[in-house]
Amino acid sequence: MTQIHRSSRGGRIDRSRELSFTFNGKRYTGYAGDTLASALLANGVDIVNRSFKYSRPRGIVAAGPEEPNAVVQLGASEAAQVPNVRATQQALYEGLVARSTNGWPNVQRDMMGMIGKLGGSFMPPGFYYKTFMAPASMWMTYEKYIRKSAGLGRSPLESDPDIYDHLNQHCDVLVIGGGAAGLAAARIAADSGARVMLCDEQEELGGSLLDSREALDGLPAPEWVSQVVTELSARENVELLPRTTANGYHDHNFVTLHERRTEHLWDTAPAVNRRPQARSRLHRVRARHVILATGTHERPLVYGNNDVPGNMVAGAVSTYIRRFGVVPGHKLVLSVSNDYAYRTALDWHESGREVVAIVDARATSRGELAEQARALGIRIINQSAVIEAKGSDRVTAARIARIDLDAFCVLGHEKTLSCDTIASSGGYSPVIHLSSHTGTRPVWRDDVLGFVPGDVKGMTSVGGVHGVFALKAVLEHAAEGARRALDAIGFESDSSAPKLPDVAERREEPACALFQVPHVKSAMRAPKQFVDLQNDVTAAGIELATREGFESIEHVKRYTALGFGTDQGKLGNINGMAVAARCLKRSIPEVGTTVFRPNYTPVTFGAIVGRHCRDLFDPERYTALHAWHVEHGAEFEDVGQWKRPWYFPRTVNGKKETMHEAVSRESLAVREKVGILDASTLGKIDIQGPDAREFLGRVYTNKWAKLAPGRVRYGLMCKDDGMLMDDGTTSCLAENHFLMTTTTGGAAGVMEWLELWHQTEWPELEVYFTSVTDHWATMTVTGPEARKLMSEVTDIDLSPDQFKFMDWREGNVAGIPARVFRISFTGELAYEINVQANYAMPVWKTLFEKGEKYGLTPYGTETMHVLRAEKGLIIAGQDTDGSVTPEDLGMQWAVGYDKPFAWIGKRALTRPDTARTDRKQFVGLKPRDPEVVLEEGAQIVFDPEQSIPMTMVGHVTSSYYSPNLGHGFALAVIKGGRDRLGQTVYLPMKDGVVHEAEIVSPVFIDPKGERQNV
Amino acid sequence: MFHIYCPYCEEYREEEEFHPRGQAHLQRPADPENCSDEQWGDYLFFRDNPRGIHHELWVHSVGCRKFFNITRHTANYEILETYKMGERPSITAETLAADERQSGVQTASGGWQTVGARPEDEALNTEARA
Amino acid sequence: MSEIREFDCRPNDQTGAESPLAWSLQRGPVPDADTQAGVTLRESAFMGHLILRGGAIVLDEAVREVLGINLPARPNTLTLDSTGERSIQWLSPDEWLIVVPGGEEFALEKALRHALGQAHFSLVNVSGGQTVITLSGPKARETLKKSTPYDVHPSAFPVGKGVTTIFAKTSVTLRQPKADCWELIVRRSFADYLYRWLLDAAAEFGVSVER
Repeated sequence: MTQIHRSSRGGRIDRSRELSFTFNGKRYTGYAGDTLASALLANGVDIVNRSFKYSRPRGIVAAGPEEPNAVVQLGASEAAQVPNVRATQQALYEGLVARSTNGWPNVQRDMMGMIGKLGGSFMPPGFYYKTFMAPASMWMTYEKYIRKSAGLGRSPLESDPDIYDHLNQHCDVLVIGGGAAGLAAARIAADSGARVMLCDEQEELGGSLLDSREALDGLPAPEWVSQVVTELSARENVELLPRTTANGYHDHNFVTLHERRTEHLWDTAPAVNRRPQARSRLHRVRARHVILATGTHERPLVYGNNDVPGNMVAGAVSTYIRRFGVVPGHKLVLSVSNDYAYRTALDWHESGREVVAIVDARATSRGELAEQARALGIRIINQSAVIEAKGSDRVTAARIARIDLDAFCVLGHEKTLSCDTIASSGGYSPVIHLSSHTGTRPVWRDDVLGFVPGDVKGMTSVGGVHGVFALKAVLEHAAEGARRALDAIGFESDSSAPKLPDVAERREEPACALFQVPHVKSAMRAPKQFVDLQNDVTAAGIELATREGFESIEHVKRYTALGFGTDQGKLGNINGMAVAARCLKRSIPEVGTTVFRPNYTPVTFGAIVGRHCRDLFDPERYTALHAWHVEHGAEFEDVGQWKRPWYFPRTVNGKKETMHEAVSRESLAVREKVGILDASTLGKIDIQGPDAREFLGRVYTNKWAKLAPGRVRYGLMCKDDGMLMDDGTTSCLAENHFLMTTTTGGAAGVMEWLELWHQTEWPELEVYFTSVTDHWATMTVTGPEARKLMSEVTDIDLSPDQFKFMDWREGNVAGIPARVFRISFTGELAYEINVQANYAMPVWKTLFEKGEKYGLTPYGTETMHVLRAEKGLIIAGQDTDGSVTPEDLGMQWAVGYDKPFAWIGKRALTRPDTARTDRKQFVGLKPRDPEVVLEEGAQIVFDPEQSIPMTMVGHVTSSYYSPNLGHGFALAVIKGGRDRLGQTVYLPMKDGVVHEAEIVSPVFIDPKGERQNV
Repeated sequence: MFHIYCPYCEEYREEEEFHPRGQAHLQRPADPENCSDEQWGDYLFFRDNPRGIHHELWVHSVGCRKFFNITRHTANYEILETYKMGERPSITAETLAADERQSGVQTASGGWQTVGARPEDEALNTEARA
Repeated sequence: MSEIREFDCRPNDQTGAESPLAWSLQRGPVPDADTQAGVTLRESAFMGHLILRGGAIVLDEAVREVLGINLPARPNTLTLDSTGERSIQWLSPDEWLIVVPGGEEFALEKALRHALGQAHFSLVNVSGGQTVITLSGPKARETLKKSTPYDVHPSAFPVGKGVTTIFAKTSVTLRQPKADCWELIVRRSFADYLYRWLLDAAAEFGVSVER
């Protein structure tokens, strides 16, 4: 029998199913139903970790999410590594592999432990800041070493084999917590017909009832639980979620639940019927009402060396005994401030092991449980407490003394009691974390000795979290709370049948307020009294912080690290407040509590991401011609969510072209022969209505009054601050009918912009907008041979006098009804063919059949950029950045200064700042060295000799190598640039090279626009 | 994650379906050409930033694509009402203050996130703000 | 009438036409038909889709006259003709989606324009821009719960309801024209992403694709 602390009977474990597991490289066995923590305790493993700062040996303290020490790294394989798992929340499974996260080289012999022992008193709060402050350059070195020895969990180095997903949920009532209060409330809610969800973080529902000594309806508490769970799971309107932690309580009753679906089975999620299942799942719940039944966390007392393994929270000891059949020691000293904790002595005694003494800080103890203990002959020492634990790797004795609570001092009568376990209880802190997430302040209650949730709209707190502790009262409070909740959302609860189980009332005496236990020495000189075990925060540390002037509890928290990390102050927060309050001579509510934030316990990144990863990370938008592009080896560029062909590299003599080679070939093909571009991603908006023309005149800077059907016009769209927002062409389809195009990236924004002005400013205008971006596929055929090619595939009259530049015509292309627009973004003769997207592929393929003899070349966005830049054509969002006016761009020709209506952006053009003549203006740049392609974004200066910081006068917005020009060229904005044509500017680069360039016109090819107008 | 009642769809929808578009009830000067630079600058750039009631323009962008207004409390994020374009809010900072005076409820005090902050500190804070 | 340009963009010859899901189905993966599948997917391709905008009072009579169905006036609802092949769905207080068998859309557009005369409205053919994916099977609702924050519980989403909402990281128009039949009206460019998303979401239930 290696499980030295396993009792011979009892517990909710399956003793017929033995499971083997490995901790820190050593094999152990436990039983089905164990947690990793209970199995470790059963095997007598005292040290599970080293502490964060002082590297002191630490053992298991608690049995739930509040466990500060037993934080382990889980995973048998590299890919399955999970950090920051609390052993108390991890179900045991066959083959589980875990190791301590702290401790280097290992937990038994720890390097930092030596330093911690030697230097303990020299490591006050702020130790790292103060000690490693100088020289600053050494911090990187220090940090590496400190982190290695501190050791937090690590992430896996291999890709996660599991999947995680999200489920969107809606319910009338979400009950958080499946203990006595939660189950009672859920039952009543279920009866009303409401949609009910109940979640609980433990492996099974029942909460504290699973280790309770009490009876409900004459049944042992766990049996009553299984009855209620069976009843609830049979109901269609109830969803029960065990192993599910409510981690975040967000605005308007949006609650995130983390369901661990397979973590109790194996390292990775097993498939079911060869179908994949999610390892864990994030439920995104929108609840009409939340019933908070999160119960309490028992507070340990703060005394000297209270971190030595063997010091535990009283209730946790009971949990291990009653739920897991594990008695974590032989001789117990119990130090309490309240009646309920006496149950731990009873449980211990019943397991046949020795209770050395119960030390009670109160003057008398005549409650029911105390009397039971007394009847069993257990020694009770009143008005006293454990002031210090003895031992290093395990408790060997408890030093107790009579104390004066009001004067906070030891009165003498010191004794040392030999024992190996000290359990303590300073009372019960309501688990208010979730209610605090909403931003609501908790309320201190003297009668509870704790904070309870403040008023949260749409939430009712019931039972322990509300400071109601006795079982009978909890059930009644939960029932009453559930009825109030149902009433608030319009459900009728069945008040005739109060389904509350019969529970005996228990006589109790009030608890006393004991947090930090006084020691014979001052806190600064006494053995370390830990407040926050996970972050190694001591009472002396908090005292020092207050002495150094940190009065706000938020500052104390940040100076000492109280309540940091995965712990989030579950065990230590109230004790920390109490210490600070004592030092500052204030009450606890005056000192206040820090704000708890999501998440309540750590959530694996996988669950947060869900299925939005890998090839589902973000939508990929495809045009109707995407399959062809893929088949023809296109490289793709992301433009918003669109995948656009970037260039089409050819393989010549077994060698694939570089981008430079492909773009040179594509560019020359368009200038010399004919190229084709898939332009389907352009935004397209169908505009209909008698006021369509008027509306266009108001949202575009230029004039639309006289655009005739069959004609197309380029327009600029500004915001009301006069800055360019988007551009594109709009065609007049009929008197009251227009087709607007936008940039690819601007499509959704422009659509919303039009609706904004129509709905909010000019609802009287009779016009409607409908997006047709996806309806039309757009193919641009451009180059000197474009007309010849088009004439082979269309019945439209292409003669230059019938179908002029900036005209559009209807007809058939390759037998498919099409609209063709003679607009050009390359400066060459160009036809933009629009067909209904379902028919785009046959048209595209026909064009290639007929186009081969003309050298028809598909080109991508990179070539498109080069060609348009050679023509000085802007791309909104690349050459503009929200601070550029049409005048800055030199596009006064597209501004209707004399239009009657104050169109959007007009007024701003006369603001003093917009009207300045030295604004950055759009120009071309020709690098002196023809081989140089300037960096986009590079800053421009007039004087290269100026010392740093230099006066920056502009920057490069677009830059390419032009195979047509035979040199690099760029577009830029430069202060007063248009008056500086011919001047030289300089571009100092970070490697010390200074490029020289001449300011030129932004139009590099065909300045008169003859080529597109043939 | 807000839960927002769309006055056009006539039901609550998730915040993901909406976009905020800033302060509501902005008045574009009726005759832009004849307003001063200062008036135009106010319209373009200056916005309220109250602690308390704020009227905001939102759009149900994934949904009916209609613009509407929200009256929201900027401290506790409660949405007090939503109303259609062209309508006026029934709840404003003024009506709320009047209601609270009547019912004897104190209006929220300014700026303190920490529980238990002392009144004298708050007085200092007010001074610092002034 | 000449104030609006009507244009029949659908050729008589359908050779070579490709629906928005054509490439996804050609490239795969396409799960085999599976009688045990919890979810079945199918594309209702090449339907006629029209966006009708205007005031309900203006449009109501003309719609009833031409299509023989009422214009749904209540938000988030749809009406179907007796065959279930033609439907009108409320999208916004002044916007409706009409879906009819492919090829009917241009005739319908002309008839509606004729019936509406000089009233202020807009009618736009968007047939190439979207497609219909139907989802059925006992686990269809669970699959939707993984994908949309909209409540698809029978009490919140009865037959005859339709909404435009978030779906995965994009949006769809989701509707339930009849029991155990969900229709997703998706934009062409997002169709492949949504197809892959749905296959993935339904994988744990078993999924088959009908063609």
